[in-house]
Formats: sequence, C-alpha cells, structure tokens
Amino acid sequence: MRELNMVKAINDALGVMLAHDPNVLIFGEDVGYFGGVFRATEGLQAKHGLKRCFDTPIAEGGIIATAIGMGVQGLRPVPEIQFADYILPAFDQLVSEAARLRYRSGGEFWAPITVRSPYGGGIFGGQTHSQSPEAIFAHVTGLKTVIPSTPYDAKGLLIAAIECDDPVIFLEPKRLYNGPFDGHHDREIASWAGHPAAQVPEGHYTVPLGKAAIVRPGEAVTVLAYGTMVHVALAAVADAGVDAEVVDLRSIVPLDIETILASVNKTGRCVIVHEASRFGGFGGELSALIQERCFYGLETPIERVAGWDTPYPHAFEWDYFPGPGRIAAALRRVMESN
Amino acid sequence: MSNRPPLEFHVPEPPARPGQLSEIAGTVVPEAGLVRRPDALSSSVDLRDLPFELIRVLDDDGQAIGPWDPRLSPERLRQGLKAMLLTRAFDDRLFRAHRQGKTSFYMKSTGEEAIGAAQSLALEPQDMCFPTYRVMSWLHARGYPLVDMVNQIFSNERDPLRGRQLPILFSARDYGFYSLSGNLGTRYGHAVGWAMASAYRQIDSIALAYSGEGTTAEGDFHEALTFAAVYRAPVILCVTNNQWAISSFAGLAGTENTTFAARAIGYGMPGLRVDGNDFLAVTAATQWAAERARGNMGPTLIEFYTYRVAGHSTSDDPTRYRPREEAEQWPLGDPVARLQQHLISIGEWDDERHSALLAEIDAQVRSAVREAEAVGTLGKSKPPLSEMFEGVFAEPDWRLIEQRSEIGAGNA
Ligand SMILES: Cc1ncc(C[n+]2csc(CCOP(=O)(O)OP(=O)(O)O)c2C)c(N)n1
Repeated sequence: MRELNMVKAINDALGVMLAHDPNVLIFGEDVGYFGGVFRATEGLQAKHGLKRCFDTPIAEGGIIATAIGMGVQGLRPVPEIQFADYILPAFDQLVSEAARLRYRSGGEFWAPITVRSPYGGGIFGGQTHSQSPEAIFAHVTGLKTVIPSTPYDAKGLLIAAIECDDPVIFLEPKRLYNGPFDGHHDREIASWAGHPAAQVPEGHYTVPLGKAAIVRPGEAVTVLAYGTMVHVALAAVADAGVDAEVVDLRSIVPLDIETILASVNKTGRCVIVHEASRFGGFGGELSALIQERCFYGLETPIERVAGWDTPYPHAFEWDYFPGPGRIAAALRRVMESN
Repeated sequence: MSNRPPLEFHVPEPPARPGQLSEIAGTVVPEAGLVRRPDALSSSVDLRDLPFELIRVLDDDGQAIGPWDPRLSPERLRQGLKAMLLTRAFDDRLFRAHRQGKTSFYMKSTGEEAIGAAQSLALEPQDMCFPTYRVMSWLHARGYPLVDMVNQIFSNERDPLRGRQLPILFSARDYGFYSLSGNLGTRYGHAVGWAMASAYRQIDSIALAYSGEGTTAEGDFHEALTFAAVYRAPVILCVTNNQWAISSFAGLAGTENTTFAARAIGYGMPGLRVDGNDFLAVTAATQWAAERARGNMGPTLIEFYTYRVAGHSTSDDPTRYRPREEAEQWPLGDPVARLQQHLISIGEWDDERHSALLAEIDAQVRSAVREAEAVGTLGKSKPPLSEMFEGVFAEPDWRLIEQRSEIGAGNA
C-alpha cells in the first residue's frame, strides 16, 4: 500500500498492465514522451518503450479507428482522448463500430478497447475543456461507461476495464486528479493525502465493473452520484445535516440496479446528482428506472441536481457547477415534502 | 515467406529531445528570391513543383529580392511592423497577467506574428478569416480595441463575448474574424462553405482558413480540402507549420517524407510553401492566392514554415519536450527583427523611431490592461448572470427560462 493521488493511481494501473500483458498498448496525443497533458502516462514510454506507449497524430477518429483495428487482432489498446470534449470526432467510430462489431459480425470480431478521457469542469476550462458526455455514451448499447471517484477505484476499475472484452469508455474526473474536490471552491483545496481511498495497493487488483459503492450509509434519503459529484454530494449531505445514503455508481453501464433499488426502497427518497446538463442527462434514466421499479417505495418525488441546460460558461463556472449549496437545497426539499 | 524480415512498427521521433543536441540549425534553408512566381491563374497541373520549394523574399541582409517581392509601400511595411510588435507586447503582458492570477489561460504567438499581420493587411474588409488561436496578429493589424480584448481575457462585465468563452477564443465579425473554438480543425470546412456561399451569391468576398500543422491530421482538414477542390471554392487554406503541436513534432502529423503544402497535389489544387517569418513572402503568397480565388481558379493551400517560440499555452513548459536552445537556433530568424531590418535597409526606419514605437505600444497595452483591470479581472467581475442562459437558442425555451429564474437571474 502507498498513498497515491488519482493521476498516479491511473498511471500505476497502466504500468501494471503494460508489464502484465504484452498486448496492452497505450497511445494518444502527447501521451508518449511528454507523459500526457495531465501526466497520466508519465514515465511509461521511458520504462516500457516507444512501441508500448506512443504519441499519435491529432485525429481522434483515427485514434479510435486504429485502436479498433488493433483490438480486432487481439491487442488491448488503451487510447487516450486528451479531453472528453474532443472525443466527438471519434463518435462514429465508437458508436457505429466499437459498440456494434461483435453483434453485427455474429461474434467473429470484437475490439476490447479502453478509451481513457479526462472529463468534467471546475478548472475554468471553458466550453471545450469541461464537458461531461457520459449520457451520450450510456445511450449507445454495446459500450460500457465507467467513472471512478477515488484513486483506489480508479486503478482497480481501469485494470478491470482493460481486461474486459467489451469496449469501455473510462471517464476520469479531472478535477479529482489531485484531490477529492467537494465543490467548496472558495475554501482551501484538499489533496488526497490522508484520504482512506488514496491507499492504493501495489500490483494487480480489480474493482468489478457494474458494482456501485455505498460511500456513506444512511436512512433518510438516497443520493446517486458518480465522479466528482460523489465528493460534492458528501459535502452537501454534511452541510444539510441529513442522514443520507450516498451511492457512488462507479459505472453507469453496466449499472448496479440492485444497489440503487435496495437503497431507495430503504430510504423512500432520492436525489440524483450529475455535473452534465440536466435535460437528457443520465439522471433522467436513473429517475425513470426508480419510478418504474420502486414507485410504491417512494415517499416523495425524485429530485435531479445537474448542470444547467447551457454550454459550460467560462465566467459562470461556479454558477453552472451543481455545487453543495444546490444539492443541500434539494436534500432539504426532499426531506420536507411528503 | 520465412526469408522475409519481420514487420517493424515505426513510431516517428523528433530529431532531438531535451538534453540532446538540437539539429534545427542544420535545417536546409533555400536562399531568398529563387522560387519562380507563375501567373496566379495558371492551371494547378503546372504548379506541382511549388509545394517542395520555400518561397522567401527577405534575404539575410534584409533586402527584398526575387519575383515574389510584393513591392509594398513603406507605410504598409510600418503598419505590419507595428501590428507584430503590438501582438508581441500584448502577448507578453497578458501572459504575465495569467501568471499573476488575473485570468485562467493564455496562448502566445511569439515568432509567428508575421502570418496573421500580413494576411490581415493583404485581404479586404469583405473577406472573412477563420482563425486559430495562434493568429491574434490578424486583429492587432486591424486595430481591434485592446481593452475589449483584455476584457474578454478577464471574462469581466465588459467582455464582448459575455463571459461565455475561454480567454483569447475571440469572435470579431466586423474585423473579418470568425468565432474561435477550443476544438481543433472544426472551422476549416466553414471557410470553404463560406467561400462557396460567396460564389453562389456572386459577391466579391473570399475566405481564409488557418490550421496548425498538428491539426492537419484531423478528418476536418481533409474533408475541407476535398470540398474546396470539388466546388473550386474561393478560399485560401493556410497551415501554420510551427514545428510543434504540443509535445509532438511536425513529423507526427505525417510529413517525415513530404511537406504540408504537398498535401495540395492530391486534391488537385496548388500548394505553396512559404517562409512564415518573412512578412513580405507571407503577403506575396496571400496576394497570389487571393488573385487566384477572385479569378475563379479556386482554392490554394499555403504552408507557412515557422517556429513556435513560446510554450503551447500557459499550461505547458516546452523545455520538457524539446531542446531549450531550439528556438534561438531556428534558421528563419525572428519575423519582427527581419522586417525591422528591411525597413532600416531601405531607409524607412531607424532605431529612434523604433524605440518611440515600442514606447507607444507599451503605453497602449498598459492603459488597456489598466482600464480592463478597473472593470475587474477573472472572478472579480462578470457579466450579469442572465447571460449564462442567453444565446443557447435565438429565444430561450421553457427550460432556460425556468433555470434562469431558479438561479435568481430573471423571471420565469
Ligand atoms: C479536437 C481537438 N483535439 C485535441 C485538442 C487539444 N489540443 C489543443 S491545441 C493542440 C495542439 C495543436 O497543434 P497545432 O495544430 O500544430 O497548432 P499550434 O498550437 O501549434 O498552433 C492539442 C492537441 C483540441 N483542442 N481539439
């Protein structure tokens, strides 16, 4: 065990897999010599060689297309898309190809690729360095979508994703790379130091895809969150003084429906939180599932707290961001209504 | 079969990384004045040699020589010099403002100022440029108000883009400067479409698009070239080859064995390769391509060969991926110094006037920054919160109206 922040934990997972499996290849813009703009691949080229971790041309569609082609021959490519905002040129490759190859070829071909990409805001990155595109991937059958919230989970989930035979979109909350940001942007910024989930074992281990984690047990209301919002939700729960159960989904496809339903059936109340815009966001799917499957267990309407339905605006970063204040208000509303 | 050598996986690497000897000084630089200047209305079939040449006008002594000399008036040369100096001073000042925490991000164009400046002055007010973040000298050459620019960079209450966009990702329609975005390459095709609209409407306005050399790898670049060639669009398609994307070198964009200008051949359009640090060569090539576009001969691809002297942005330290001394050893020199030397050599400039100009520019930049600071730096001042919900659609729908009221920035 040692203490690692989230970027280092991801770097560690990649290093473990390069050492463990000669079929694992890492590539993307600036990931080779430079080690990635967020340093997630730092040192990997020096240690494992130019051909195991290398730079690509600036062409996201090309990165994913070639990753699929390599995957088809049995390699396990782990391409990086520098920002999730820039994954869109690769959208066709992900949706029409990676996601459907196994299905349409009658199982003859498949591509076990893991696409890593930093996502989310809170770094004053403006419209094109802040977005959270998970819902558009969740909507595509055939893709798995995984979002860690701690260094421990990041390493274990990433190894599980690389070993998974399906294509996985692995979204890394960039605001959590260096610390468990809780949304109180005006307070001192915490690092991962001393956080229990920053204790990361050496070597190979996995965290299974599709298993949510109850990060705070509670009885009064269920809060569903993932990525950065797990920490923001925890802060909001503390601020609101509510005995909430906070569930970190960890992967949204596959989705741990049992854990969600068990929690909501217990509490009878639910607040769903995500940073992405609200309309058509993943919260809508969660809300529909809960309504369909535990309508009679619900005491109050489900609340969603999310980014506004606008692009991510530079000057209004903290007005857009669904911070602890807005979540705490939703928690109070849910607790007061019956 | 067993006699065949095993397949080798090739991954390009730059000539030198930090700690290695830079070979950049050894880059072969053809002499100025040697490249032929065919008639601008020639068939592209007769122009296939040009992408492998390097069009240069200013020689080592600052003399303008050869057929590409655009014979600009001294007044125009001084205008160009001023625009470049202003760009540099502005960049330095605002880069520092970022270091002082006054904004979130900045990008300089040090060493590449000639490109935007010369092209901005070479094209006409009705033309439209589809910029990258690296050609702010286009705006400085056209006198875009400095204080508005700083307000944008501070995302403050007077920000002309209403706090919605990252610093320097400007939009300035009245200055022939299309809206910038963080996505690379996505506007290259817009320039082609805009040029097609001019042709369709039979109006005299052409388009000019920029792409970094790294960005030429994107599909958008190649699709734009195809459309431009197919519809013979009146557009000038530029590639600013400053040798480095972020940490990846030009060879990683596919030119280990060719040039960016030579991409044109496959699309059936002319390609020019031009000394991007030579204000006169940039002007001449642009004039040639503009004449061609206005003469219904369609698109031209121009590669500007230059060097990115500063880091990619405020987020990177270039000494981590390239030899520190590379910038100084860049064989095509500094575009500002070269134009200054030329003006002096023709007796139209001197050190005294130069110092006076520098002082004037310094005062202009200072006063703009001071004025913008009085409004507020990032986070200290911002446009009204209601602006967050404006411009999503022409008219906000119920969601936006409700959300605006929920946040307390307007009535439902
Ligand atoms: C579609 C997309 N992919 C990746 C990025 C991240 N990125 C920003 S600038 C840059 C390098 C661009 O290099 P180049 O095109 O050579 O232009 P230069 O900055 O050198 O002028 C990269 C990779 C982006 N902004 N957009």
